[in-house]
Amino acid sequence: MYWRELMRQMYEIGVGSLTIVAVISIFIGAVTAVQFAYQLQDSFVPQYYIGFIVRSSMLIELAPTFSCLVLAGKVGSNIASELGSMRITEQIDALQIMGVNTTSYLVAPKILASIIVIPLLIIISAALGMLGGLLASLANGVTFTVFMKGMMSWFDPFNVVMMLVKATVFAFLLTSVACYHGFFVEGGSLGVGKASTRAVVQGSILILVADYVIAQLMT
Amino acid sequence: MIEVTNIHKSFDDKHVLKGISTVFESGKTNLIIGTSGSGKTVFIKCMIGLFDIDQGDITYDGRSLNKMDKKAKKQLRTDIGMLFQGSALFDSMTVQENVMFPLDMFTHQNYKEKINRVNEVLERVNLVGANDKFPSEISGGMMKRVGIARAIVLKPKYLFCDEPNSGLDPKTSLTIDALISEITEEYKITTIINTHDMNSVMGMGQKIVFLRDGYKNWEGNSQEIITSGNNELQDFIFASEFLKQLKKGAGI
Repeated sequence: MYWRELMRQMYEIGVGSLTIVAVISIFIGAVTAVQFAYQLQDSFVPQYYIGFIVRSSMLIELAPTFSCLVLAGKVGSNIASELGSMRITEQIDALQIMGVNTTSYLVAPKILASIIVIPLLIIISAALGMLGGLLASLANGVTFTVFMKGMMSWFDPFNVVMMLVKATVFAFLLTSVACYHGFFVEGGSLGVGKASTRAVVQGSILILVADYVIAQLMT
Repeated sequence: MIEVTNIHKSFDDKHVLKGISTVFESGKTNLIIGTSGSGKTVFIKCMIGLFDIDQGDITYDGRSLNKMDKKAKKQLRTDIGMLFQGSALFDSMTVQENVMFPLDMFTHQNYKEKINRVNEVLERVNLVGANDKFPSEISGGMMKRVGIARAIVLKPKYLFCDEPNSGLDPKTSLTIDALISEITEEYKITTIINTHDMNSVMGMGQKIVFLRDGYKNWEGNSQEIITSGNNELQDFIFASEFLKQLKKGAGI
Protein backbone atom coordinates (compact mmCIF):
# COMPACT_ATOMS: atom_id res chain seq x y z
CA MET A 1 0.00 0.00 0.00
CA TYR A 2 1.23 3.48 -0.88
CA TRP A 3 0.63 5.29 2.41
CA ARG A 4 1.65 8.75 1.22
CA GLU A 5 -0.76 8.55 -1.69
CA LEU A 6 -3.47 7.24 0.68
CA MET A 7 -2.94 10.24 2.99
CA ARG A 8 -3.04 12.65 0.05
CA GLN A 9 -6.31 11.15 -1.18
CA MET A 10 -7.82 11.19 2.32
CA TYR A 11 -6.98 14.86 2.60
CA GLU A 12 -8.30 15.71 -0.86
CA ILE A 13 -11.54 13.75 -0.52
CA GLY A 14 -12.15 14.58 3.13
CA VAL A 15 -10.99 18.13 3.66
CA GLY A 16 -11.71 19.04 0.05
CA SER A 17 -15.36 18.03 0.37
CA LEU A 18 -16.01 19.32 3.88
CA THR A 19 -17.35 22.74 2.87
CA ILE A 20 -19.85 21.50 0.30
CA VAL A 21 -21.04 18.70 2.60
CA ALA A 22 -21.42 21.16 5.49
CA VAL A 23 -23.38 23.68 3.44
CA ILE A 24 -25.81 21.19 1.91
CA SER A 25 -26.31 19.37 5.22
CA ILE A 26 -27.26 22.53 7.12
CA PHE A 27 -29.77 23.48 4.45
CA ILE A 28 -31.22 19.95 4.11
CA GLY A 29 -31.78 19.84 7.87
CA ALA A 30 -33.30 23.33 7.82
CA VAL A 31 -35.63 22.56 4.91
CA THR A 32 -36.72 19.28 6.52
CA ALA A 33 -37.60 21.14 9.73
CA VAL A 34 -39.49 23.92 7.93
CA GLN A 35 -41.45 21.55 5.71
CA PHE A 36 -42.35 19.20 8.52
CA ALA A 37 -43.45 22.15 10.63
CA TYR A 38 -45.65 23.23 7.70
CA GLN A 39 -47.24 19.73 7.63
CA LEU A 40 -47.96 19.99 11.34
CA GLN A 41 -49.95 23.20 11.00
CA ASP A 42 -53.55 22.78 12.21
CA SER A 43 -52.82 19.24 13.40
CA PHE A 44 -52.74 17.67 16.82
CA VAL A 45 -49.19 16.32 16.36
CA PRO A 46 -46.94 17.94 18.99
CA GLN A 47 -44.16 20.29 17.81
CA TYR A 48 -41.36 18.22 19.33
CA TYR A 49 -41.93 15.73 16.51
CA ILE A 50 -39.97 18.16 14.31
CA GLY A 51 -36.76 17.33 16.19
CA PHE A 52 -37.51 13.62 15.98
CA ILE A 53 -38.19 13.73 12.23
CA VAL A 54 -35.11 15.87 11.48
CA ARG A 55 -32.85 13.49 13.43
CA SER A 56 -34.31 10.31 11.96
CA SER A 57 -34.38 11.61 8.38
CA MET A 58 -30.81 12.85 8.58
CA LEU A 59 -29.50 9.59 10.03
CA ILE A 60 -31.40 7.09 7.93
CA GLU A 61 -31.58 8.78 4.58
CA LEU A 62 -30.66 12.40 4.00
CA ALA A 63 -27.10 12.54 5.33
CA PRO A 64 -25.77 9.40 3.61
CA THR A 65 -27.78 9.49 0.39
CA PHE A 66 -27.93 13.20 -0.32
CA SER A 67 -24.31 13.82 0.64
CA CYS A 68 -23.06 10.85 -1.38
CA LEU A 69 -25.02 11.98 -4.43
CA VAL A 70 -23.27 15.33 -4.14
CA LEU A 71 -19.93 13.56 -3.58
CA ALA A 72 -20.56 11.40 -6.67
CA GLY A 73 -20.59 14.69 -8.56
CA LYS A 74 -17.64 16.30 -6.85
CA VAL A 75 -15.31 13.43 -5.96
CA GLY A 76 -16.45 11.10 -8.75
CA SER A 77 -15.90 13.59 -11.55
CA ASN A 78 -12.62 14.71 -9.98
CA ILE A 79 -11.26 11.15 -9.83
CA ALA A 80 -12.43 10.26 -13.35
CA SER A 81 -10.95 13.39 -14.87
CA GLU A 82 -7.68 13.07 -12.89
CA LEU A 83 -7.12 9.47 -13.99
CA GLY A 84 -8.40 10.22 -17.50
CA SER A 85 -5.95 13.11 -17.90
CA MET A 86 -3.14 10.92 -16.59
CA ARG A 87 -4.06 8.29 -19.18
CA ILE A 88 -4.17 10.63 -22.18
CA THR A 89 -0.98 12.46 -21.19
CA GLU A 90 0.81 9.08 -20.87
CA GLN A 91 1.44 9.51 -17.12
CA ILE A 92 -0.08 6.06 -16.49
CA ASP A 93 2.13 4.59 -19.25
CA ALA A 94 5.12 6.22 -17.56
CA LEU A 95 4.23 4.53 -14.27
CA GLN A 96 3.80 1.17 -15.99
CA ILE A 97 7.15 1.44 -17.74
CA MET A 98 8.81 2.22 -14.42
CA GLY A 99 7.31 -1.05 -13.14
CA VAL A 100 4.84 0.58 -10.78
CA ASN A 101 1.62 -1.39 -10.24
CA THR A 102 -0.74 1.34 -11.45
CA THR A 103 -3.84 -0.21 -9.89
CA SER A 104 -2.22 -0.36 -6.47
CA TYR A 105 -0.73 3.10 -6.79
CA LEU A 106 -3.58 5.02 -8.40
CA VAL A 107 -6.84 3.16 -7.76
CA ALA A 108 -6.51 1.38 -4.39
CA PRO A 109 -5.59 4.51 -2.36
CA LYS A 110 -8.56 6.41 -3.81
CA ILE A 111 -11.08 3.66 -2.97
CA LEU A 112 -9.61 3.03 0.47
CA ALA A 113 -9.40 6.75 1.27
CA SER A 114 -13.04 7.29 0.37
CA ILE A 115 -14.16 4.28 2.41
CA ILE A 116 -12.35 5.74 5.42
CA VAL A 117 -13.17 9.41 4.97
CA ILE A 118 -16.69 9.50 3.51
CA PRO A 119 -18.36 7.82 6.54
CA LEU A 120 -16.69 10.49 8.70
CA LEU A 121 -18.06 13.18 6.39
CA ILE A 122 -21.51 11.61 6.69
CA ILE A 123 -21.33 11.73 10.50
CA ILE A 124 -20.48 15.44 10.24
CA SER A 125 -23.26 15.85 7.68
CA ALA A 126 -25.84 14.27 10.01
CA ALA A 127 -24.74 16.47 12.93
CA LEU A 128 -24.83 19.64 10.85
CA GLY A 129 -28.19 18.67 9.35
CA MET A 130 -29.63 18.44 12.86
CA LEU A 131 -28.06 21.80 13.68
CA GLY A 132 -29.66 23.28 10.56
CA GLY A 133 -33.01 21.82 11.60
CA LEU A 134 -32.62 23.34 15.07
CA LEU A 135 -31.74 26.80 13.71
CA ALA A 136 -34.67 26.77 11.26
CA SER A 137 -37.02 25.63 14.02
CA LEU A 138 -35.84 28.40 16.36
CA ALA A 139 -36.38 30.91 13.55
CA ASN A 140 -39.95 29.63 13.16
CA GLY A 141 -40.88 29.91 16.81
CA VAL A 142 -40.15 26.40 18.08
CA THR A 143 -38.25 26.55 21.35
CA PHE A 144 -34.89 24.92 21.94
CA THR A 145 -36.35 22.67 24.67
CA VAL A 146 -39.18 21.44 22.47
CA PHE A 147 -36.89 20.70 19.51
CA MET A 148 -34.37 18.89 21.75
CA LYS A 149 -37.12 16.84 23.35
CA GLY A 150 -37.92 15.42 19.89
CA MET A 151 -34.25 14.96 19.10
CA MET A 152 -33.79 12.87 22.26
CA SER A 153 -36.95 10.77 21.84
CA TRP A 154 -37.11 7.19 20.52
CA PHE A 155 -33.45 7.07 19.57
CA ASP A 156 -32.46 3.76 17.98
CA PRO A 157 -28.67 3.25 17.67
CA PHE A 158 -29.33 0.88 14.75
CA ASN A 159 -30.11 3.96 12.63
CA VAL A 160 -26.52 5.10 13.08
CA VAL A 161 -25.31 1.65 12.01
CA MET A 162 -27.52 1.84 8.91
CA MET A 163 -26.19 5.31 8.13
CA LEU A 164 -22.59 4.08 8.33
CA VAL A 165 -23.32 0.99 6.24
CA LYS A 166 -24.88 3.19 3.56
CA ALA A 167 -21.98 5.65 3.69
CA THR A 168 -19.39 2.88 3.28
CA VAL A 169 -21.21 1.17 0.41
CA PHE A 170 -21.90 4.46 -1.39
CA ALA A 171 -18.27 5.54 -0.94
CA PHE A 172 -17.04 2.33 -2.52
CA LEU A 173 -19.51 2.60 -5.41
CA LEU A 174 -18.87 6.24 -6.30
CA THR A 175 -15.07 5.90 -6.24
CA SER A 176 -14.77 2.54 -7.97
CA VAL A 177 -17.08 3.61 -10.82
CA ALA A 178 -15.10 6.86 -11.22
CA CYS A 179 -11.75 5.02 -11.13
CA TYR A 180 -12.96 2.54 -13.75
CA HIS A 181 -14.13 5.23 -16.18
CA GLY A 182 -11.05 7.39 -15.64
CA PHE A 183 -8.53 4.57 -15.85
CA PHE A 184 -9.87 3.15 -19.12
CA VAL A 185 -10.57 6.46 -20.84
CA GLU A 186 -10.17 6.64 -24.61
CA GLY A 187 -10.30 9.46 -27.12
CA GLY A 188 -8.39 12.46 -25.79
CA SER A 189 -9.85 15.37 -23.84
CA LEU A 190 -13.33 14.68 -25.23
CA GLY A 191 -13.04 11.18 -23.79
CA VAL A 192 -12.04 12.58 -20.39
CA GLY A 193 -15.19 14.74 -20.35
CA LYS A 194 -17.37 11.78 -21.30
CA ALA A 195 -15.71 9.56 -18.68
CA SER A 196 -16.32 12.21 -16.05
CA THR A 197 -20.00 12.49 -16.98
CA ARG A 198 -20.44 8.70 -17.06
CA ALA A 199 -18.78 8.43 -13.65
CA VAL A 200 -21.25 10.90 -12.12
CA VAL A 201 -24.36 9.48 -13.81
CA GLN A 202 -23.58 5.82 -13.17
CA GLY A 203 -22.28 6.52 -9.68
CA SER A 204 -25.50 8.37 -8.77
CA ILE A 205 -27.75 5.63 -10.18
CA LEU A 206 -25.80 2.92 -8.35
CA ILE A 207 -26.06 4.88 -5.10
CA LEU A 208 -29.86 5.08 -5.44
CA VAL A 209 -30.14 1.37 -6.31
CA ALA A 210 -27.89 0.44 -3.39
CA ASP A 211 -29.94 2.73 -1.12
CA TYR A 212 -33.06 0.76 -1.97
CA VAL A 213 -31.32 -2.61 -1.50
CA ILE A 214 -29.84 -1.61 1.88
CA ALA A 215 -33.19 -0.23 3.02
CA GLN A 216 -34.88 -3.51 2.07
CA LEU A 217 -32.24 -5.62 3.78
CA MET A 218 -31.82 -3.59 6.98
CA THR A 219 -35.36 -2.52 7.83
CA MET B 1 21.95 -4.31 -27.08
CA ILE B 2 18.34 -4.87 -28.06
CA GLU B 3 17.55 -7.41 -30.73
CA VAL B 4 14.16 -7.50 -32.39
CA THR B 5 13.26 -10.58 -34.43
CA ASN B 6 10.30 -10.79 -36.80
CA ILE B 7 7.76 -9.02 -34.57
CA HIS B 8 4.13 -8.69 -35.54
CA LYS B 9 1.44 -6.65 -33.82
CA SER B 10 -2.23 -6.22 -34.73
CA PHE B 11 -5.11 -4.27 -33.20
CA ASP B 12 -8.36 -6.04 -34.14
CA ASP B 13 -8.16 -6.28 -37.96
CA LYS B 14 -5.38 -3.71 -38.32
CA HIS B 15 -1.96 -5.28 -38.81
CA VAL B 16 0.38 -2.53 -37.56
CA LEU B 17 3.81 -4.19 -37.35
CA LYS B 18 4.60 -6.70 -40.07
CA GLY B 19 7.67 -8.78 -39.31
CA ILE B 20 10.23 -6.20 -38.18
CA SER B 21 13.75 -7.43 -37.37
CA THR B 22 16.71 -5.28 -36.38
CA VAL B 23 19.45 -4.77 -33.78
CA PHE B 24 19.98 -1.66 -31.63
CA GLU B 25 23.52 -1.48 -30.28
CA SER B 26 24.73 -0.15 -26.91
CA GLY B 27 26.33 3.27 -26.68
CA LYS B 28 24.67 4.38 -29.91
CA THR B 29 21.74 6.62 -30.74
CA ASN B 30 19.37 4.46 -32.75
CA LEU B 31 16.61 6.25 -34.62
CA ILE B 32 13.28 4.93 -35.82
CA ILE B 33 11.86 7.12 -38.56
CA GLY B 34 8.78 7.00 -40.75
CA THR B 35 5.64 8.88 -41.63
CA SER B 36 2.77 9.27 -39.15
CA GLY B 37 0.88 5.99 -38.90
CA SER B 38 3.86 3.90 -40.03
CA GLY B 39 3.95 2.06 -36.68
CA LYS B 40 6.83 3.86 -34.91
CA THR B 41 5.06 4.43 -31.60
CA VAL B 42 3.54 0.93 -31.56
CA PHE B 43 7.03 -0.48 -32.28
CA ILE B 44 8.56 1.40 -29.36
CA LYS B 45 5.65 0.47 -27.04
CA CYS B 46 6.07 -3.21 -28.00
CA MET B 47 9.78 -3.01 -27.20
CA ILE B 48 9.20 -1.61 -23.73
CA GLY B 49 6.45 -4.13 -23.05
CA LEU B 50 3.49 -1.74 -22.96
CA PHE B 51 1.94 -3.78 -25.79
CA ASP B 52 2.29 -7.56 -26.03
CA ILE B 53 3.55 -8.70 -29.42
CA ASP B 54 1.56 -11.28 -31.43
CA GLN B 55 4.61 -13.02 -32.90
CA GLY B 56 8.41 -12.76 -32.84
CA ASP B 57 10.87 -11.98 -30.06
CA ILE B 58 12.61 -9.04 -28.39
CA THR B 59 15.81 -9.65 -26.43
CA TYR B 60 17.55 -7.27 -24.03
CA ASP B 61 21.24 -8.25 -23.90
CA GLY B 62 20.27 -11.84 -24.65
CA ARG B 63 17.28 -11.94 -22.26
CA SER B 64 14.07 -12.69 -24.14
CA LEU B 65 11.14 -10.46 -23.16
CA ASN B 66 8.72 -13.30 -24.06
CA LYS B 67 10.36 -15.72 -21.64
CA MET B 68 10.67 -13.32 -18.70
CA ASP B 69 8.51 -13.92 -15.64
CA LYS B 70 6.85 -11.02 -13.80
CA LYS B 71 9.82 -10.51 -11.48
CA ALA B 72 12.33 -10.40 -14.34
CA LYS B 73 10.12 -7.96 -16.27
CA LYS B 74 9.91 -5.72 -13.20
CA GLN B 75 13.68 -5.83 -12.87
CA LEU B 76 14.08 -5.03 -16.57
CA ARG B 77 11.79 -2.02 -16.23
CA THR B 78 14.14 -0.47 -13.71
CA ASP B 79 16.81 -0.70 -16.44
CA ILE B 80 14.60 1.21 -18.88
CA GLY B 81 14.24 4.98 -19.02
CA MET B 82 11.59 6.53 -21.20
CA LEU B 83 11.08 10.06 -22.43
CA PHE B 84 7.52 10.56 -23.66
CA GLN B 85 6.32 12.80 -26.46
CA GLY B 86 4.46 15.04 -24.01
CA SER B 87 7.04 14.43 -21.23
CA ALA B 88 4.39 12.66 -19.08
CA LEU B 89 5.46 14.47 -15.93
CA PHE B 90 3.19 13.96 -12.93
CA ASP B 91 1.14 17.16 -12.64
CA SER B 92 0.68 16.96 -8.89
CA MET B 93 4.43 16.73 -8.21
CA THR B 94 7.21 19.29 -8.38
CA VAL B 95 10.23 18.85 -10.65
CA GLN B 96 12.18 17.43 -7.71
CA GLU B 97 9.40 14.99 -6.76
CA ASN B 98 9.03 13.89 -10.38
CA VAL B 99 12.73 13.10 -10.69
CA MET B 100 12.86 11.51 -7.24
CA PHE B 101 9.83 9.30 -7.92
CA PRO B 102 11.75 6.31 -9.39
CA LEU B 103 14.22 6.52 -6.48
CA ASP B 104 11.32 6.47 -3.99
CA MET B 105 9.82 3.46 -5.72
CA PHE B 106 12.82 1.29 -6.43
CA THR B 107 15.66 2.15 -4.06
CA HIS B 108 16.19 2.07 -0.32
CA GLN B 109 18.30 5.22 -0.33
CA ASN B 110 17.80 7.73 2.45
CA TYR B 111 16.47 11.21 1.68
CA LYS B 112 19.93 12.79 1.56
CA GLU B 113 21.20 10.26 -0.96
CA LYS B 114 18.10 10.69 -3.08
CA ILE B 115 18.25 14.48 -3.07
CA ASN B 116 21.95 14.34 -4.01
CA ARG B 117 21.16 12.09 -6.97
CA VAL B 118 18.23 14.32 -8.03
CA ASN B 119 20.43 17.43 -7.93
CA GLU B 120 23.14 15.58 -9.85
CA VAL B 121 20.82 14.68 -12.74
CA LEU B 122 19.12 18.08 -12.72
CA GLU B 123 22.53 19.65 -13.04
CA ARG B 124 23.31 17.23 -15.88
CA VAL B 125 20.27 18.45 -17.82
CA ASN B 126 20.98 22.12 -16.96
CA LEU B 127 18.02 22.58 -14.63
CA VAL B 128 19.72 23.73 -11.46
CA GLY B 129 17.29 25.58 -9.21
CA ALA B 130 14.10 24.30 -10.82
CA ASN B 131 13.46 21.76 -8.03
CA ASP B 132 10.36 23.37 -6.58
CA LYS B 133 8.58 24.28 -9.80
CA PHE B 134 5.51 22.38 -10.97
CA PRO B 135 5.26 21.06 -14.57
CA SER B 136 2.65 23.74 -15.34
CA GLU B 137 5.19 26.45 -14.43
CA ILE B 138 7.97 25.43 -16.85
CA SER B 139 8.44 25.59 -20.63
CA GLY B 140 8.13 22.66 -23.07
CA GLY B 141 11.91 22.41 -23.41
CA MET B 142 12.36 22.36 -19.64
CA MET B 143 9.67 19.69 -19.34
CA LYS B 144 11.60 17.52 -21.82
CA ARG B 145 14.75 18.01 -19.76
CA VAL B 146 12.93 17.04 -16.56
CA GLY B 147 11.64 13.99 -18.48
CA ILE B 148 15.23 13.10 -19.41
CA ALA B 149 16.39 13.64 -15.82
CA ARG B 150 13.63 11.31 -14.55
CA ALA B 151 14.49 8.74 -17.24
CA ILE B 152 18.19 8.60 -16.29
CA VAL B 153 17.95 8.98 -12.51
CA LEU B 154 18.12 5.19 -11.97
CA LYS B 155 21.10 4.93 -14.38
CA PRO B 156 19.22 2.87 -16.98
CA LYS B 157 20.82 0.59 -19.57
CA TYR B 158 18.21 1.43 -22.19
CA LEU B 159 16.72 4.83 -23.00
CA PHE B 160 13.64 5.18 -25.19
CA CYS B 161 12.55 8.57 -26.50
CA ASP B 162 9.22 9.06 -28.27
CA GLU B 163 9.49 12.12 -30.51
CA PRO B 164 11.67 14.13 -28.10
CA ASN B 165 11.52 17.23 -30.31
CA SER B 166 7.81 17.35 -30.81
CA GLY B 167 6.45 20.82 -30.05
CA LEU B 168 9.89 22.39 -29.60
CA ASP B 169 11.53 25.19 -31.58
CA PRO B 170 14.56 24.18 -33.76
CA LYS B 171 17.14 25.62 -31.35
CA THR B 172 15.70 23.85 -28.30
CA SER B 173 15.38 20.67 -30.39
CA LEU B 174 19.12 20.75 -31.09
CA THR B 175 19.85 21.23 -27.38
CA ILE B 176 17.69 18.21 -26.50
CA ASP B 177 19.31 16.12 -29.26
CA ALA B 178 22.79 17.07 -28.04
CA LEU B 179 21.82 16.22 -24.47
CA ILE B 180 20.49 12.78 -25.45
CA SER B 181 23.62 12.04 -27.52
CA GLU B 182 25.93 13.10 -24.68
CA ILE B 183 24.03 11.02 -22.13
CA THR B 184 24.05 7.99 -24.45
CA GLU B 185 27.84 8.11 -24.75
CA GLU B 186 28.45 9.05 -21.13
CA TYR B 187 26.30 6.27 -19.63
CA LYS B 188 26.99 3.78 -22.48
CA ILE B 189 23.30 3.09 -22.85
CA THR B 190 21.25 1.77 -25.74
CA THR B 191 19.19 4.74 -26.87
CA ILE B 192 16.26 4.36 -29.23
CA ILE B 193 14.58 7.49 -30.53
CA ASN B 194 11.37 7.66 -32.45
CA THR B 195 11.39 10.81 -34.58
CA HIS B 196 10.55 12.47 -37.86
CA ASP B 197 12.73 15.49 -37.23
CA MET B 198 15.28 15.58 -40.07
CA ASN B 199 17.76 17.63 -38.00
CA SER B 200 17.84 14.77 -35.48
CA VAL B 201 18.15 12.20 -38.24
CA MET B 202 21.16 13.90 -39.80
CA GLY B 203 22.73 15.01 -36.53
CA MET B 204 22.53 11.92 -34.35
CA GLY B 205 21.53 8.95 -36.52
CA GLN B 206 24.24 6.40 -35.77
CA LYS B 207 21.70 3.77 -36.75
CA ILE B 208 18.46 4.56 -38.54
CA VAL B 209 15.51 2.24 -39.15
CA PHE B 210 12.95 3.49 -41.65
CA LEU B 211 9.43 2.10 -41.20
CA ARG B 212 6.77 2.24 -43.87
CA ASP B 213 3.27 0.76 -43.50
CA GLY B 214 4.44 -1.46 -40.64
CA TYR B 215 7.42 -2.91 -42.54
CA LYS B 216 11.10 -2.15 -42.09
CA ASN B 217 11.80 -0.49 -45.41
CA TRP B 218 15.45 0.50 -44.92
CA GLU B 219 18.21 0.67 -42.31
CA GLY B 220 21.56 2.39 -42.25
CA ASN B 221 23.16 5.52 -40.79
CA SER B 222 23.02 9.28 -41.42
CA GLN B 223 25.85 9.13 -43.99
CA GLU B 224 24.14 6.42 -46.02
CA ILE B 225 20.67 7.90 -45.88
CA ILE B 226 21.26 10.69 -48.41
CA THR B 227 22.80 8.47 -51.05
CA SER B 228 20.52 5.47 -50.60
CA GLY B 229 18.67 4.51 -53.72
CA ASN B 230 15.47 3.80 -51.78
CA ASN B 231 12.75 5.90 -53.40
CA GLU B 232 10.30 5.78 -50.48
CA LEU B 233 13.05 6.88 -48.09
CA GLN B 234 14.10 9.69 -50.42
CA ASP B 235 10.47 10.84 -50.70
CA PHE B 236 10.24 10.88 -46.91
CA ILE B 237 13.49 12.76 -46.32
CA PHE B 238 13.10 15.31 -49.09
CA ALA B 239 9.40 15.88 -48.57
CA SER B 240 9.70 19.68 -48.33
CA GLU B 241 10.29 21.89 -51.37
CA PHE B 242 13.22 23.54 -49.58
CA LEU B 243 15.07 20.25 -49.11
CA LYS B 244 14.27 19.20 -52.68
CA GLN B 245 15.96 22.39 -53.94
CA LEU B 246 18.96 21.76 -51.66
CA LYS B 247 19.24 18.22 -52.99
CA LYS B 248 19.06 19.49 -56.54
CA GLY B 249 21.73 22.10 -55.84
CA ALA B 250 24.02 19.54 -54.24
CA GLY B 251 23.60 17.28 -57.23
CA ILE B 252 22.61 14.22 -55.19
